Amino acid sequence: MGETMRFETPSTAKEAVTLLAKEKGAAYILAGGTDLLVKMKAGIIEPDLVVDIKLIKGMTEIKKSATGFMIGAGVPCAALSENAGLVKAYPGVVEAANLIGSKQVQGRCTMSGNLCNASPAADSVPALIAAGAKVLISGPKGNRKLNVEDVPAGVGRTNLKKGEFITAISLPPKAAKSGDAYLRFTPRTEMDIAVVSVAINLTLDGKGIITKARVALGAVAATVLLVKEAAKAIIGTKLDDAAKAKLAAVCSAACKPIDDKRGTIEFRTDVAGVLARRAAETAYARAGGK
Amino acid sequence: MSSHVKSTVNGDAVEFVCTNDESLLDVLRNRLGLTGAKEGCGTGDCGACSVILDGRLVCSCLVLGAEMNGKTVETIEGMADGAKLHPLQQNFIDGAALQCGICTPGFLMAAQALLRKNPDPSEEEIRFGLAGNLCRCTGYDKIVRAVQSAAKEMRG
Repeated sequence: MGETMRFETPSTAKEAVTLLAKEKGAAYILAGGTDLLVKMKAGIIEPDLVVDIKLIKGMTEIKKSATGFMIGAGVPCAALSENAGLVKAYPGVVEAANLIGSKQVQGRCTMSGNLCNASPAADSVPALIAAGAKVLISGPKGNRKLNVEDVPAGVGRTNLKKGEFITAISLPPKAAKSGDAYLRFTPRTEMDIAVVSVAINLTLDGKGIITKARVALGAVAATVLLVKEAAKAIIGTKLDDAAKAKLAAVCSAACKPIDDKRGTIEFRTDVAGVLARRAAETAYARAGGK
Repeated sequence: MSSHVKSTVNGDAVEFVCTNDESLLDVLRNRLGLTGAKEGCGTGDCGACSVILDGRLVCSCLVLGAEMNGKTVETIEGMADGAKLHPLQQNFIDGAALQCGICTPGFLMAAQALLRKNPDPSEEEIRFGLAGNLCRCTGYDKIVRAVQSAAKEMRG
């Protein structure tokens, strides 16, 4: 592997696309490398070409504008918590990203990589989906956008085509009286992978009634789930006990988990409801609801 | 295939050639003779290979040497000021916060990164800040206490 692997550091997205599109062997993007290098060392993948995208302009920047936040595909998760504007607008996204691995891993790992690794247990993905985030993709046929929930195609698979790569994640401007939260269950508080996770983003009117909501569940199906019925369960309410009970029931019903050493089907299904209720309470309080 | 790389390690300009799949850890240990960073797991779980890369704490086993052009790396070898140990190092010794020593360079780099960001961390913040470093012999209490006493000394 080492004798033949080529390493490229393109300075534009177009160059990167050309390198990826014309490669006949196995080509991989390097952003933070915290999944890529582990897979290389384990022999799970044997790249012929690795394309480091971090020298492309804008790739390691977080930009705030009237259209929201643009987070470059090379931005390490540790940098998210250092951006006061982002923390204020999307505390749930930032706390999710800062649950990935250790401080060392957060110094390198990226949300785009977390998404492209396509694990159903990826921490940042439910929070991004709840936030209504999109990804910007560069490819041989130009640029396109995709909703975050449409990127994973299954465990370890994405809907990106050959030659395409994510250049940035785009978060919409924070709506007035909105708030988000992410919760996961893990046996340890740090350095663990979600057994179940829930992210919720909701918006209130002047009276504290929920007008918009997005609910995403992680680690309970082959991909992270956007559960529209769960949003319907709390829209039009002030998150009273009946609404929370309905939310929990709908979230549990949406689960299609596997049984494995980290959690049983029964446990995951039950805990999804519990976490949904708690995440909704936090998001509601962050949105200014009482 | 290999890469020719120029970077800065502990304040010194260095130049090396490495194979494209070679980790920063292997470059430090095998090409630059800096054997303080250790390989424990090789998968980013144990923190024994921790270094500070452009100001951020990272696992050097999960960084490619080929990525290092123009980058600045700090390793345990650059922590002491000549013969004078850094307060973190001295407090680890004074507080017996090590036994076999394999994990110690990683713990010291992680503690260094933590105290730069947060000079007065709570015990909980120290435990979270060091959660990416595993120790299999000392246990963590003495390490946490050594970081607390070093932090106090460094605040003056």
